[in-house]
Amino acid sequence: MDSNTTMMIEIKDLHKSYKMGKNSLHVLKGINFNVKEGELVAIMGSSGSGKSTLLNILGMLDEADEGSYTLDGVPIKNLNEKLAAQYRNKFLGFIFQSFNLINYKSALDNVALPLYYQGMKRAERMERSMAYLEKVGLAKWASHKPNELSGGQKQRVAIARALASDPKVLLADELTGALDSTTSYEIMDLIQQINDEGRTILVVTHEEDIAHMTKRIVNLKDGVIIDDKFVNQVRAIQNV
Amino acid sequence: MFSLERWQEIFETISKNKLRTFLTGFSVGSGIFILVILLGVSVGFQNGIENQFQGDAENIINIYPGETSIEYQGFNEGRRIQLKNDDFDLITKGISNEVEFSSSMYQIFAGLITYKNESGSYRVEGVMPDYQFLEKADIIEGRFINANDLKVSEKYVVIGNRVKKDLFKNGSPIGKQIKISGLNFKVIGVYTDPGGDREEGRVYVPLSTAQIVFGAGTDIRSMGFTLPKEDNYDLALKESSAFAAKIEQLLKKKLQIAPLDESAINISNNIENTKEIYLLISAMRVFFWGVGIATLLAGIIGVSNIMLIIVKERTKEIGIRKALGAEPLSIVAMILHESIFVTAISGLLGLIFGLVLLEVVGPYIELDFIRNPSVNFNIAVSTLVLLIAAGAIAGFFPAWRGAKIKPIDALRDE
Repeated sequence: MDSNTTMMIEIKDLHKSYKMGKNSLHVLKGINFNVKEGELVAIMGSSGSGKSTLLNILGMLDEADEGSYTLDGVPIKNLNEKLAAQYRNKFLGFIFQSFNLINYKSALDNVALPLYYQGMKRAERMERSMAYLEKVGLAKWASHKPNELSGGQKQRVAIARALASDPKVLLADELTGALDSTTSYEIMDLIQQINDEGRTILVVTHEEDIAHMTKRIVNLKDGVIIDDKFVNQVRAIQNV
Repeated sequence: MFSLERWQEIFETISKNKLRTFLTGFSVGSGIFILVILLGVSVGFQNGIENQFQGDAENIINIYPGETSIEYQGFNEGRRIQLKNDDFDLITKGISNEVEFSSSMYQIFAGLITYKNESGSYRVEGVMPDYQFLEKADIIEGRFINANDLKVSEKYVVIGNRVKKDLFKNGSPIGKQIKISGLNFKVIGVYTDPGGDREEGRVYVPLSTAQIVFGAGTDIRSMGFTLPKEDNYDLALKESSAFAAKIEQLLKKKLQIAPLDESAINISNNIENTKEIYLLISAMRVFFWGVGIATLLAGIIGVSNIMLIIVKERTKEIGIRKALGAEPLSIVAMILHESIFVTAISGLLGLIFGLVLLEVVGPYIELDFIRNPSVNFNIAVSTLVLLIAAGAIAGFFPAWRGAKIKPIDALRDE
């Protein structure tokens, strides 16, 4: 990693607990963690390790109790809902395990949605969305609804949607969790290509093979990072 | 509200969720439709009842003279009282501001009327223009007697529908000359009367003409008055009784009748006989308003329920939209915009459908107790506006709740 690349994500001493009745569940117990621009990082851990909570905080869907979070030099704290929405739209692209496409909208309209919330005009929105659908190889499927697409295709639409607003960071939550292994590798191949173009990507997963297709694996257990190492990236294309 | 982009988004959502749109629209549209029909039937009912019970204005006060029963100021008892034009003037000038319609009348009970070869004996009444309203006579052809006819004692006659049928069969009588007691009168109008055949077997001529033709001088046989209508029966009765008492007092003083004489001046106050009608109409009004408001309430509750269900159904979509950068206000705006648009359009359709139905079918409905149901357009439109506003307010809370949904909760896998 070049030392002159900018720091994309900086997390210092992050704590988060949830109140469960009278008990309080301490989920994140002091996370320190930096991601530079262009990295492809896997966050691993068993369920209950806090990896989803961490991702939610990184995605501004949830707020930390303590510690600091800086995204591309912008401190993320005390956000009201409106500001959080604007930051999410500007900085982040989400990819979910269950795709989370809007099922009454066509693939193209789904991809265009973040751009609608940016206030972009319709014609420009559609043109740009089409370009991203092309990038994920689904230009022909632009007018299809999600229920007419396979799981792999849905995830490609979701990836195109995450890319549409040209975000700083892609956050993927178990993005291959609902897919068979061949399709998973195809999706990971796409993720690697996007990363090759310089996009910073964080992938939460509990699958070893998927994790090894990234460049760095962060292991979480009981709310702390127990291991953080760079790995030799396995190219997904070899497995397809 | 006027952002073209959002309209496009709304139209897309609406057109791609046809069932949901239809259900929301249907509940609003049918609510308004039922309300319009109900209001219409209520008016029809009122028309029907009024028609059933009222041959004459329900609040008419008639005054006709009798004989004195008490010796007074040098006059013997048993004196026949004759009312004159100036007695009528005394009342209308003295207390005119309280009166709605007034007319004095001079009649002969059996006048021979002929037209060509047809003839018959009918009651001939010399009246004033207001008499039309006292009798509730409806002009179906031509016009009624007017003030000018009275002033210049025109030999004009307005005939009842039965008289027309007897003398003219199917031809139009307007402009024709008929003979009354041998004198030519020009027919200027035909009337129908809710009092039926009996009251349609009369002809009306200007009072002044009748007085000349029948050699009555300034004599009149009776006079009638109505007061402006009151919604409340008790108030109407009170005002009308006070008015009658005032007339009696004025006349007795002028005609030198003992204040306690009960047979010299007869006053029949129709309102005393119409208490039931007043009560029935006001009870019905309360009933239909009650039903109408209940319907409206049901519609509002229906709309808010549907809004709740829609927000529930769209929880995940809202979560996705928020994760992609939708601000809370834009979620509220989206849901409200959609719901107001759908309620407005479907409510308008229900309104139009109801009004058209009443307009087309209404005039044909002539049951005993329902006549010509129709609805006040302003009331219909204001209920529509009220329903849309209520729908928006009712929809606001679910929308606000929707906007408060946390994306992580909404997106959590089931």
